Amino acid sequence: MDIGNIISKLAQESGFANLFLHWETPVMIIIACVLLYLAIVKKFEPLLLVGIAFGMLLSNLPFNGMMNMELFQGDPKTIDYMRILHEGGLLDILYLGVKLGIYPCLIFMGVGAMTDFGPMLSRPSSMILGAAAQLGVYCAFMLALGLGFNTNEAASIGIIGGADGPTAIFLTAKLAPHLLGPIAIAAYSYMALIPLIQPPIMRALTTEKERKTIMNQDLPVSKSTKIIFPIAVTIFIVLVLPSVAPLIGCLMLGNLFKECMVTDRLSDTAQNALMNIVTIFLALTVGATSVGHLQGPDGTNIGFLSLGTVKIIVLGLFAFSFSTVGGLIFGKIMYRLTGGKVNPLIGSAGVSAVPMAARVSQVEGQRANPSNFLLMHAMGPNVAGVIGSAVAAGFLLAVFG
Amino acid sequence: MTNPLSNISLGVVDSFGISLLGFAIVFMVLIVLLVVIRILRSAVESFEASKAAPAAAAAVPAPAAALTAAKDPNMVPAKGSLGDIKLHDVDDKTAALLMAIVADEMQAPLNELRFLSIREKK
Repeated sequence: MDIGNIISKLAQESGFANLFLHWETPVMIIIACVLLYLAIVKKFEPLLLVGIAFGMLLSNLPFNGMMNMELFQGDPKTIDYMRILHEGGLLDILYLGVKLGIYPCLIFMGVGAMTDFGPMLSRPSSMILGAAAQLGVYCAFMLALGLGFNTNEAASIGIIGGADGPTAIFLTAKLAPHLLGPIAIAAYSYMALIPLIQPPIMRALTTEKERKTIMNQDLPVSKSTKIIFPIAVTIFIVLVLPSVAPLIGCLMLGNLFKECMVTDRLSDTAQNALMNIVTIFLALTVGATSVGHLQGPDGTNIGFLSLGTVKIIVLGLFAFSFSTVGGLIFGKIMYRLTGGKVNPLIGSAGVSAVPMAARVSQVEGQRANPSNFLLMHAMGPNVAGVIGSAVAAGFLLAVFG
Repeated sequence: MTNPLSNISLGVVDSFGISLLGFAIVFMVLIVLLVVIRILRSAVESFEASKAAPAAAAAVPAPAAALTAAKDPNMVPAKGSLGDIKLHDVDDKTAALLMAIVADEMQAPLNELRFLSIREKK
């Protein structure tokens, strides 16, 4: 027995020996640690970012076999799932939930169970603001095409403007799975940064007088309306855009659990246990797709550390900003049409990102007028934005999928 | 069947056209949903109102009348027994106070007493 050979073999097969095989590997480990710092110390979306950053760390440590992105490369329709089950690591198996669009839908079920559509039902005109705030999706889509991305990639980048993490992941997993890591990270990072991104745009596009507008109290909504609403929405939207049925179906099922008053246990599970479990799997596997060095079919690096990622981060900011602009412009239109009864600041909440965007409207409204309470008024466009971004995703999936 | 728009590059005009169409569809779907919500709300509210009206009529007779009807179903309530009290130079507040004092002095519940008129003696 040659001890020297054994030690030499162990050394060659260790991660340390291969840590510097590609320069991207140590850089990705540093990025993962920075993201962990931001999540834990700065509290940037910690429930998601801790998992994403740790998944990124695990998949970039050499030769651990947990994530093998090469198994998922190529045409999504010809992926050999049996091979993944036989040869894949833990993260490969968990990643199937993302790849098959299961996790985003289950997250949407939890979101539905936690959402009160009452403010939107009380003031249905807020649906317009939820639609207007999808402007950034299409602006970013056009710009991404101009920057050289193909249609599927551009659509996946554009949906960042919907400010809805599960929707962005659902669409990207279907259209451009190789961009899942940067798109998910951009979407969730900008959602955490909404209190920094939106206020300057809100102040630039509205006047002091508009921001001071106090809105009347909304009418109460009956329980029956709240129960019938998710059923009616499911029937209508799924008939119009069948491609978005998994997202809207799960969102509305979760909401029905909450409102129908006979499924309290299921509502509780969807809001808490299921949501937490799926969040762990989703965050971990999305982070794990961010492999620093990944050789594409033509030999080029298609991993996380490429020029494409930088473009996606910039386009994501552009998408968020333009969605805010779209909501504010229509908020101003409603202010004029109603003779000053609607505060245009609630328009920016149409970008989804529940409830962060509504809170920003509240803070900005109160800054202009301390007796202003916009939170419940902003929740209407906010939850309408969830439906709006799902519809936008359904359209892109129907056209490019 | 392969989607002809999948994974291709698009020119400015085409990308603008698709974006415009997509934005219009989002608007259209949400505006139709707005109409659906309005119809749903008014339908539910009118249904609940029609259900509540007869129930309310049956459930809220004046206490005095209900008591009288319970005693003798053929009895017609006397004019003024359903709260039509004639007040002569007396305001509502004083009248309510007087009725409460009378009920207390007589040791009888207020809804078993019938006040026909209250007049201030000058």
